[in-house]
Amino acid sequence: MKTSQAFFMAFSSLVSNKLRAFLTMLGMIIGVGAVIAMISLMDGMIGYTMGSFSDMGADTISVSLMGKGSKVLTDEQMYEFVDAHGEDFSALSPSSSLQTAVRYGEQTMKSETVSGVSESYAGIQGLTVDSGRFLAYADMLSRSKVCVIGTYVCKELFDGADPVGKRIRIGADSYTVIGLLQEKGDSTKYSMDDCIYAPYTLIGRASGSAQPTGYTLKMTDAENSTKAQQELEDFLYNFYHDKECYMVTNMASLLDIMDDMIGVMKKILVGIAGISLLVAGIGIMNIMLVSVSERTREIGIRKSLGAKQKDIMKQFVIEAAVLSTIGGGIGVAIGGIATTALGNVIGMSCSPSAKAVAVAFGVSAGIGLLFGYMPAKRAARLNPIDALRSE
Amino acid sequence: MAEDRAEHTHLIELKDIYKIYRMGDVEVRANDGISFCIDSGEMVAIVGKSGSGKSTIMNIIGALDVPTEGKYYLDGVDVGSMTDNELAVIRNKQIGFIFQQYNLLPKMNLLKNVELPLLYAGVSDNQRRERALASLEKVGLGDVWKKYPNQLSGGQQQRVSIARALVGRPSLILADEPTGALDSRTSRDVLDFLKELNGEGNTIVIITHDNSIAMEAKRVIQIHDGKVIFDGTAEKYKERVNGK
Repeated sequence: MKTSQAFFMAFSSLVSNKLRAFLTMLGMIIGVGAVIAMISLMDGMIGYTMGSFSDMGADTISVSLMGKGSKVLTDEQMYEFVDAHGEDFSALSPSSSLQTAVRYGEQTMKSETVSGVSESYAGIQGLTVDSGRFLAYADMLSRSKVCVIGTYVCKELFDGADPVGKRIRIGADSYTVIGLLQEKGDSTKYSMDDCIYAPYTLIGRASGSAQPTGYTLKMTDAENSTKAQQELEDFLYNFYHDKECYMVTNMASLLDIMDDMIGVMKKILVGIAGISLLVAGIGIMNIMLVSVSERTREIGIRKSLGAKQKDIMKQFVIEAAVLSTIGGGIGVAIGGIATTALGNVIGMSCSPSAKAVAVAFGVSAGIGLLFGYMPAKRAARLNPIDALRSE
Repeated sequence: MAEDRAEHTHLIELKDIYKIYRMGDVEVRANDGISFCIDSGEMVAIVGKSGSGKSTIMNIIGALDVPTEGKYYLDGVDVGSMTDNELAVIRNKQIGFIFQQYNLLPKMNLLKNVELPLLYAGVSDNQRRERALASLEKVGLGDVWKKYPNQLSGGQQQRVSIARALVGRPSLILADEPTGALDSRTSRDVLDFLKELNGEGNTIVIITHDNSIAMEAKRVIQIHDGKVIFDGTAEKYKERVNGK
């Protein structure tokens, strides 16, 4: 018997047993679909999270100051520290922040974070200006009421129109927009594009403290972050003599920790995915086994008409292959749709990862074939006389 | 082999066939030294009560099984010691089976059912269809080839199985209780049809427990306790049965 005929026979056998075929495939469909959706969403989330973090700069260290009584660390002292440790740090920007309402005409953003930074902040964070300019040293000195906004804010307030030169209200004060930053994230809330930068000399005052509440430092070498962090912590401890007064956050070490965490999560996910696929494969094996015992008589008839062992083998293996291929295919489609749909719900742009599709489909088809092979072998070896007698 | 062929001129030649089953310590001799020959064009009934060993000898003649001991030549070829796959080829090319329970595949239409032996013989799609249709027409079911077995009466289903037995142009048609599941009128039809086929030159072997069916054949071989106890014309068998 030709293989093409065996294919045709397998198809017609599946078509004449639609319910059984569907139930078998269901396991495969759900298994493959779930694995693809799970891995793709995870990949999307990892990419998104890592992206957001590394957008913030892997070579930066930030300091938050909680302060202690009368001891106030001034920006001059910080600048002196950075100058003295030129081998570790290349730039410094104060960073204070203010949570307030921002308005332009009828458009209001109720609670927006306005960051007070210096002119060097753009260099530290790798920000580039799309139109207009970034803050300048002169703005710090003159405390000019100017600001630079991100694309998300521009979208919300100006509906994407060029904001440069327009005046917006930040809290009670009126600020002139002098620059629009280039898109860094995906222009959504809480992304890197959800930002307003103004001179720290102004924002520091507006939030009620005379000195900046935080600093962002750029390291010369991200690989050396542990040493740089130590220098900075030593300096702060010598000043406050109290570890509770400040917090130093190092992006590089944060990313390392994230990497580890994600690695563990990925392993767990792969484990779950493997189990799902195994279950799907066992489903196919079960059905094929049932199919063999249910069709013993058919096998007997076929053998009495001249079917060889390999013909029966072919029939059952091809049936298993067709089942798992169709099931896997539908699973891939459903996994893809689920990934995109769930991604939309969560608000991330997720696309099914090619790796997940390949692995899920490959493993499911492989298991289906393997587990289809064993019952097929049993079927092929049946003695035609015994097979004919069975009811 | 050529010499062999010259030696074995009969279509079927059984020589001292033994089929012995061992069940623990007990030895069951289903066939206890059976020898007979059947020539091309004969119509033979193998008759015997249940347990006589007639089914075992049918399985051997039908290449479904091999004897424990003895020689079986079919068309001059030694079938008695063949492997599974070689036996499959013999069943496919040389033998057309007709079963008591018809043994049609319920999920396939009549045409597909009749095509099956040709499928395993590797006949091309077009030829398969053509020959299967011709075979169905011969049994008078050519116009309903699209139907499924369960849409037919028992007699019609048996005719489909005859069509399937004929389609491969086998040298032997082996009918196992072909009328066992049919009423007397359809039985008559099937028997007449088998006779007609024999008249066209087909060799037909009927296995039955029913003396009245056996007497429809030209020659009767009676099996009892695994041995041949009668081999002669139907007329002589009739005398023997009536005489007792």
